[in-house]
Amino acid sequence: MTEMTGSKAFVKSLENEGTKHIFGISGGSLIPICDNLLDSDMRFILARHEQGGAHMADGYARVLGKVGVCMATSGPGATNLVTGVATAQIDSSPVVAFTGQVNRDVIGSDGFQECDIIGVSASVTKYNMQVRTPSEIPEAVKKAFFIANTGRKGSVLVDIPKDCTTMSGEMDFDPEIIFRGYSTDHTPLPQELDWAAQILAKAERPLIMAGGGVIAAGASNELVALSEALLAPTATTLMGKGGFPNDHPMNLGLCGMHGTEASNTLVPQADVLLVVGSRFSDRTTAKVADFNPNGKIVHIDIDRSEIDKNVESMTKVVGDAKLALAGLLERVKALKQNPDAAWSKKLEDFRCDWSAEADVANGYLRAPKIIRALRDELPRDAIVTTEVGQNQMWAALHYDAYLPRTFHTSGGLGTMGWGFPASIGAKAAKPEVPVVDIAGDGSFGMTENNLATAVEEELPVIVVVLNNNVLGMVAQWQRMFYDRRYSAVKLKGNPDMVKLAEAYGAEGVRVESLDAFRTEVRRAIKADVPTVIDVPIDPNENVLPMIPPGMGLKDTLWEAD
Amino acid sequence: MAIHTVSFLVENKAGVLFNVTNLFRRRGFNIESIAVGTVQDPKYSRMTITVEADAKTLANLVEQLEKMVEVIKVKRLDPLRTIKREMLLVKLSTHDPLAREDALKYINGQHGLVLDIDDEHIMAEVTGDPWELEEFLEYVKSIGIVELSRTGITALEKGRLQL
Repeated sequence: MTEMTGSKAFVKSLENEGTKHIFGISGGSLIPICDNLLDSDMRFILARHEQGGAHMADGYARVLGKVGVCMATSGPGATNLVTGVATAQIDSSPVVAFTGQVNRDVIGSDGFQECDIIGVSASVTKYNMQVRTPSEIPEAVKKAFFIANTGRKGSVLVDIPKDCTTMSGEMDFDPEIIFRGYSTDHTPLPQELDWAAQILAKAERPLIMAGGGVIAAGASNELVALSEALLAPTATTLMGKGGFPNDHPMNLGLCGMHGTEASNTLVPQADVLLVVGSRFSDRTTAKVADFNPNGKIVHIDIDRSEIDKNVESMTKVVGDAKLALAGLLERVKALKQNPDAAWSKKLEDFRCDWSAEADVANGYLRAPKIIRALRDELPRDAIVTTEVGQNQMWAALHYDAYLPRTFHTSGGLGTMGWGFPASIGAKAAKPEVPVVDIAGDGSFGMTENNLATAVEEELPVIVVVLNNNVLGMVAQWQRMFYDRRYSAVKLKGNPDMVKLAEAYGAEGVRVESLDAFRTEVRRAIKADVPTVIDVPIDPNENVLPMIPPGMGLKDTLWEAD
Repeated sequence: MAIHTVSFLVENKAGVLFNVTNLFRRRGFNIESIAVGTVQDPKYSRMTITVEADAKTLANLVEQLEKMVEVIKVKRLDPLRTIKREMLLVKLSTHDPLAREDALKYINGQHGLVLDIDDEHIMAEVTGDPWELEEFLEYVKSIGIVELSRTGITALEKGRLQL
């Protein structure tokens, strides 16, 4: 036990957890902590809005699989964090958010910059807590990291009243953490594995769908091995992208509302569908009754409450995806030596050659071609983040990810403005690797002010703005389902993206040919400052395939009228 | 849909009741009653809820509760081997002597206790299985209920069964 101020203890506790970066914004209630941070090697990356700070921590966490830390002051600082904390939670990303709070004797009196952030964040965090004495700070930090980064990962918020940071207390930096109701043993039951393996081994048309849980568990190698052992075509959800290499012969690509022809055609035909680390989002299943109407679903998930929540499975394996897949692989190999290749041959019906497609339509570069050209120019281990909307779906369909933790997107919450700050966090995590945000003009506009952060912190990310001066996905729905009545989508007042970038001290370029685009990507990879590549695209271009809302996989539209 | 009783042990800390009820609200579980109190070890509280739900919803409710960091154990109580009890305080309007006589009869009939009497009122405590309380209230309705308060249902399983 040592006596010190709460803020000193806080900084020391973060260091003890191995924290290197803190993303966020300071403020009145954080002044003591920020003062002590000056004496630490931890790097405080100053966002330009707390939401951006939370997304940076999220991007950082997803790239490294380690806790990302963000921080904001009390009141509006804390409420601004909420979108970021919610985004991380629904995508099971380990983010710990620290919020300042007014002094303890002011809590409950509606003091200046007071907000009940514990009440506000309760529904969007895995766990939250308010510190009540300075001495509780080391334990609170340790608990937060522990909860965020174990089991099904998620976000944890810790609220710290300012006077708990200025006052001193006896500090125990190695407190025992006891949560009687929280188990960290995620070993699957052998019986569940036996039964699941029996079903898989008897399958004639096995298919695997991999979700984000595969990446969280580091189970990609096991997934590939099982897919090969069963000759099972493998689809991914949006969150699972990168968990199975897009250039693998068994690759089906994305399944769901904007799923590939291969996925959306074959998933309903599978007689056994193994779903790993996915929560059966409505965007993945489309209409549940048509998802896999006649097959047997085997569901692996670390979170028992996901079993049968959205889609009923025939059998389950509750546990860590890596252990579960390894256990299945061992059993399946013993049960089935020579799987029939006839079923997986069907995949060949869906091979398409995009190099034969035109680069330009209606006088604009086509988004799929831009994204495919980007893939060509980037090394295999490059990291891509996306915004939300058309850009996200084009990226999911046309950007091939080969390695886990190289493709990141706000899947569950669908937070526009996520990709750019997340790319800054990703670059802080892996400065040696090119990091690209595939953006739309609408999303980029929401958090573009963090260009200042990227420039000042020398984090040279690349932003590719697929610029159609419209909220493209909403416009697409209005075009396809609302008689082309465009409402509240036209972004006529968009800034000039080149000048915008230059105003921040970043590089800005506009390209109108694929060759110019490739040249600029190559240049940007080597640049010392962030680069915004503005690529005008057709405001009438649709993301296809698409399942109309309320319909099933079999109703996928491959072309629009 | 059937009525189910679920008991669970939680950490006895500020905010846990909020988190539990917030979960029910967020996931759309409709709770009929909730009763809370500490157990032998005051670090923990036992909560008992009754909920009307189909089998799938009930299973998900139990799993969502189990997932909460502050929840230690959850059990759906076996309906055939569970004793359920609820307490009711009721104030009856008894300025009419005949009404007073009826009230005392019904209270005694339910093994209730008379807690307070003045010229115009009787306050009684009645404890029993929830359906017994419903029955009692049905009897005394005609006498005139001034106000009433119920504790919510609490329950334990018989014999060797436990949470």
